[in-house]
Amino acid sequence: MSYLEIKNLQKSFIVHGQPLAVLKGIDLTIEQGEIYGIIGFSGAGKSTLARCINRLETSDDGSITVGGVDILSLSKKELLKERRKIGMVFQSFNLFDARTVFRNIAYPLEVSDFPKKQIRQRVLETAELVGLTDKLDSYPGGLSGGQKQRVGIARALVSKPELLISDEATSALDPQTTLQILDLLKQINKTAGITILMITHELDAIRYSCDRMAVLEEGKIIEQGTVAGIFNNPKSRTGALFARVFAEFQNISLTEGAGI
Amino acid sequence: MSLLDSSLWEVIKASFQPAIWAELIKPIGETLYMTAISSVIVLIFGFILGIFLTVTCPDGLVPVKAPYITAGWLINVLRSLPQMVMIILMVPVARLFFGKSYGTNACIIAIAASCIPMYARIVESTLLEIGKGKIEAAKSIGSTNLQIITKVILPETLPGLIRGFTVAVISVISMTALAGMFGAGGIGDIAVRFGYQRFQHDRLFACVYILVILVQLTQGIGNFISNRILKTRNLI
Ligand SMILES: Nc1ncnc2c1ncn2[C@@H]1O[C@H](COP(=O)(O)OP(=O)(O)OP(=O)(O)O)[C@@H](O)[C@H]1O
Ligand SMILES: [Mg+2]
Repeated sequence: MSYLEIKNLQKSFIVHGQPLAVLKGIDLTIEQGEIYGIIGFSGAGKSTLARCINRLETSDDGSITVGGVDILSLSKKELLKERRKIGMVFQSFNLFDARTVFRNIAYPLEVSDFPKKQIRQRVLETAELVGLTDKLDSYPGGLSGGQKQRVGIARALVSKPELLISDEATSALDPQTTLQILDLLKQINKTAGITILMITHELDAIRYSCDRMAVLEEGKIIEQGTVAGIFNNPKSRTGALFARVFAEFQNISLTEGAGI
Repeated sequence: MSLLDSSLWEVIKASFQPAIWAELIKPIGETLYMTAISSVIVLIFGFILGIFLTVTCPDGLVPVKAPYITAGWLINVLRSLPQMVMIILMVPVARLFFGKSYGTNACIIAIAASCIPMYARIVESTLLEIGKGKIEAAKSIGSTNLQIITKVILPETLPGLIRGFTVAVISVISMTALAGMFGAGGIGDIAVRFGYQRFQHDRLFACVYILVILVQLTQGIGNFISNRILKTRNLI
């Protein structure tokens, strides 16, 4: 059985009294330990999909199982426990400004029944993993974007989740920092065996990190498969568009004086 | 000394006479007492009410329509009454509690009734300013609603809450002065009895200085603390 299984997931919002279908029957399976990419244009429903997985958003229909747990049938209390097994990283970091880096990373342990005496040890371990040991007493307000995202990742990892959902984690970062963060995610995936769902509109990120991917367009998965397969032989319009845009950017960087 | 028969400059000079200030010590004490007690009451109840509004609002952690609408309606009713009307209105209520309808404690009820709703609205709007993303993050981590309130929303909005409280205290001070007209004693009482009824403008001026100093001091302390917090957090 696959690690994450989504079947016929549907979600609509009521906008100005009218239902707006945002997810129109998503089917998705992700294997244990893989880095799975989801790409799609703005408004395709990527964030909504991510938010449905840990029930930040209530879906209308369909089923979601994570590690064999039927997410949609959990009671409120069980859901809180289950959420602790699903880490989430955000484009806007969403760190707690009132807390130092240390206490940001410690937060998930504080709110769970993690033994108090072991918090320090675990936070230090996690900080070391993401390369933040010298920033533990700083506040997020004084960090660079890349450092902030490291804190975000550490906070998502500290309770040793099985699944990490990254919603545009690198979209606010410069290319070099993006690469460092992607390397970090890859390393975590390798060493800790955490399954990663990487949501992005950046092709580079997916091509660099993912094994398999899906293309989301207007609330539907219109194409899925290996990254190489989709890049080399896109079957959908969006897939082709992404591949073409990607190829053209590659060309620009190669041909001197091209473009403008 | 009155402006009716003396120059402004003379009245100002007279307003610094030690004799006048000696007489003001007791009223200052009364004003400070009223301000302190009222502020604490306003802080506690306004804070609780503000959190209640934030939590129960349609986008809140626990949206419950009827209590939210009722609380909002009650606050709006209380807030639509001018401070003076509130004091008059609270006369019978004070009689019920203290057996008399005038005096410092009676006016504290009116001050609370007027300033609690105001601070509650300030707390509400401050708490709502927190980025949705932070609450989302806290939820995704598996926090309970209580944890989200105590460990995320309140600490994150602390500087704003302090600034808001400063505004509330200043409003309390101005209302204690008004309450002086209704037997609450304090600076307001002196200003009315001597400054208004007996044209002793030197005493009136002294009252003005005190009120100005009190308000400036309150604002200064509020700004100082909230800026300190923002600086520590590297946000300014
Ligand atoms: N709470 C909401 N209420 C109403 N409509 C919403 C809500 N959340 C999302 N939508 C709508 O759902 C659609 C998909 O939004 P979503 O945030 O999932 O897109 P996305 O693919 O993540 O886009 P982006 O790349 O810009 O982040 C959009 O049209 C958006 O307006
Ligand atoms: Mg999004």
